[in-house]
Amino acid sequence: MEKNSFVQLKKNSKKNMDDFAKYKIAVLGNCSTQHLSTALKGYGYKENYNFELFDADYNQIDGEIFDDNSNLYKFKPNYIVIYICAEKLYEDFVKTDISLRDKFADNIINKINNYWQIINSRLDTNILQFNFIEMDDKVFGNFSNKLPNSYIYQIRKLNYLLMELSSKVKNAFIIDLNNIQNTYGRNEFYDSKLYYIAKMPISTNMLPEVAKQVVDIIKSLNGRFKKCVILDLDNTLWGGVIGDDGIKSIQIGELGLGHAFSDFQVWLKELKNRGIILAVCSKNNEDIAKEPFENHPEMVLRLDDISMFVANWEDKASNIKHIQETINIGMDSIVFIDDNPFERNLVRSIIPDITVPELPEDPAEYLTYLKSLNLFETTSYSENDKDRTKQYQAEVGRESMKNSFNDFNDYLKSLDMVATVHKFSEFEIPRLSQLTQRSNQFNLRTIRYTEAEIEAISNDNNYITLSFSLKDKFGDYGLISLVIMKKIDANSLFIDSWLMSCRVLKRGMEEFIINSVVEKAKENGFSKVIGEYIKTPKNSMVEHMYSKLGFKDVGDGKFEAIIDDFKYNKTNIKGDIENE
Amino acid sequence: MNREEVFKKINDIFIDVFDDTSIVVGEETSAKDIEDWDSLTHITLISAVEEEFGIKFAMKDVLGMKNVGEMVNIIMEDM
Repeated sequence: MEKNSFVQLKKNSKKNMDDFAKYKIAVLGNCSTQHLSTALKGYGYKENYNFELFDADYNQIDGEIFDDNSNLYKFKPNYIVIYICAEKLYEDFVKTDISLRDKFADNIINKINNYWQIINSRLDTNILQFNFIEMDDKVFGNFSNKLPNSYIYQIRKLNYLLMELSSKVKNAFIIDLNNIQNTYGRNEFYDSKLYYIAKMPISTNMLPEVAKQVVDIIKSLNGRFKKCVILDLDNTLWGGVIGDDGIKSIQIGELGLGHAFSDFQVWLKELKNRGIILAVCSKNNEDIAKEPFENHPEMVLRLDDISMFVANWEDKASNIKHIQETINIGMDSIVFIDDNPFERNLVRSIIPDITVPELPEDPAEYLTYLKSLNLFETTSYSENDKDRTKQYQAEVGRESMKNSFNDFNDYLKSLDMVATVHKFSEFEIPRLSQLTQRSNQFNLRTIRYTEAEIEAISNDNNYITLSFSLKDKFGDYGLISLVIMKKIDANSLFIDSWLMSCRVLKRGMEEFIINSVVEKAKENGFSKVIGEYIKTPKNSMVEHMYSKLGFKDVGDGKFEAIIDDFKYNKTNIKGDIENE
Repeated sequence: MNREEVFKKINDIFIDVFDDTSIVVGEETSAKDIEDWDSLTHITLISAVEEEFGIKFAMKDVLGMKNVGEMVNIIMEDM
């Protein structure tokens, strides 16, 4: 991944971006933010975004947020970046009476909370709030750690309070500016001369990194994030070559070189526990490749951490395509990690959409480098993410059973599938929002919803919501589909959103869902259901879905079902329908 | 590095920062001569020059330099 300079981003910012997805970003700061805005615009170009920027005047946060007639509200941004820089904030701190300074962080957090509340009462947007870089005025030296009325004490407290606050406000996300400063150092991050001359608290060299963190969050909110890591084995997961050195001689464990590999495996296991799927793609004999996972006492990763294990002598690009097709996710959501530059280049050239980090030569640097890429940005986390590995393993089991049946329908019957349907429940909100953000292929209108929006819809009488879960004899898929229907008049329901996880495609689930939709409409006294297909680069698989399921094409991407005439679709899925 | 070499490097930086290959800077070139040379671009320019030559301008130099010739004087003193 190439290094970005601010000058390059500035050039990018002037390029033609007409074909890219458009989003509006407002930037509010108590410091100069023009360069930051330019960096955001230029970094957006790199990621195929056409950002329209509104850069508020210097130190106008209060005015823009409190005045309901301000340019901020006229602009109607998709994202609001708020940057209260610690350097300028220090001026407020020193004006505060010493006896009140121990409450400084609490006062600022109340102010920020107030900003967020007001914005959320007036705009449908996402808030991206910078946290505070740690700067110590060295008035007390290290002793300030013992003094609640020192600035560094209050700044650290403020960052803590900010995390607490953001965990309660669903559409507010923290840009961890302090973490960037920790990584590069204060002297690199801050150029005092630029601050005094231009009120810029971030050095020109650091702007691309800051822009990256902001755009990473925006990408994640748009459904562009990583779901799977495919791993090479020899000299990637352990030191040495298992086929040549044997299980006793590979390097893994506490000692020497092995420690770097163990640490790397610990990190991968943490990713797996938070819902990233791990797969193996190695040029090896399968039994030899699996041996360390089964028998090496110091291996951190075990076979049950790996969703799909492919070890053979085929070329890696073909094997990766096979893995991608089996677990059925987009190539652009996969990261391939391999120590061998030849394999990396081969995979990159055949599969341009996959992410292939240019791993450093020294295994000691693997982790530092991979962490610096921030590949696994996410804007949601739900409890059942950790079960994802089990779900994909069950999927690989189903695939092999499928091959033992001659008739596909017999196979489906043998799965004993049962679906659960009910109105959106409070507990499902994180998962539902996440589904709207993750699903790209089976998604009829591709509308992304934050948790706050899902919650609002589920409480709104103008909407009928359905969530679908599926299980079969191999395991539980969990919540795999949602439908949001909007009442548009006394007789008609419009399907505002219908999306489904591709893991359950062609099992009869789409038939089951559309039957449930029509049934629900009928139950509520409607006579017509209208669906719509909005084309994106990724959802062509559902272009004809409504027609296939018995809706009539009425043109303009719209499809209708007249409930009295509707012929219910055949399916092998049994329903477990809960009525509220 | 002699004055001519410094000028050549500076010229490349100007071309890069202003994204304009036709720029030719001389001793007397100043903000009046280059349309996009405003206070914001000046900051970008200063950072790029510092990076290229491995030097740090003083605050008064950043604010006080009247033309490219003066910029080159400061660079040559610092190198």
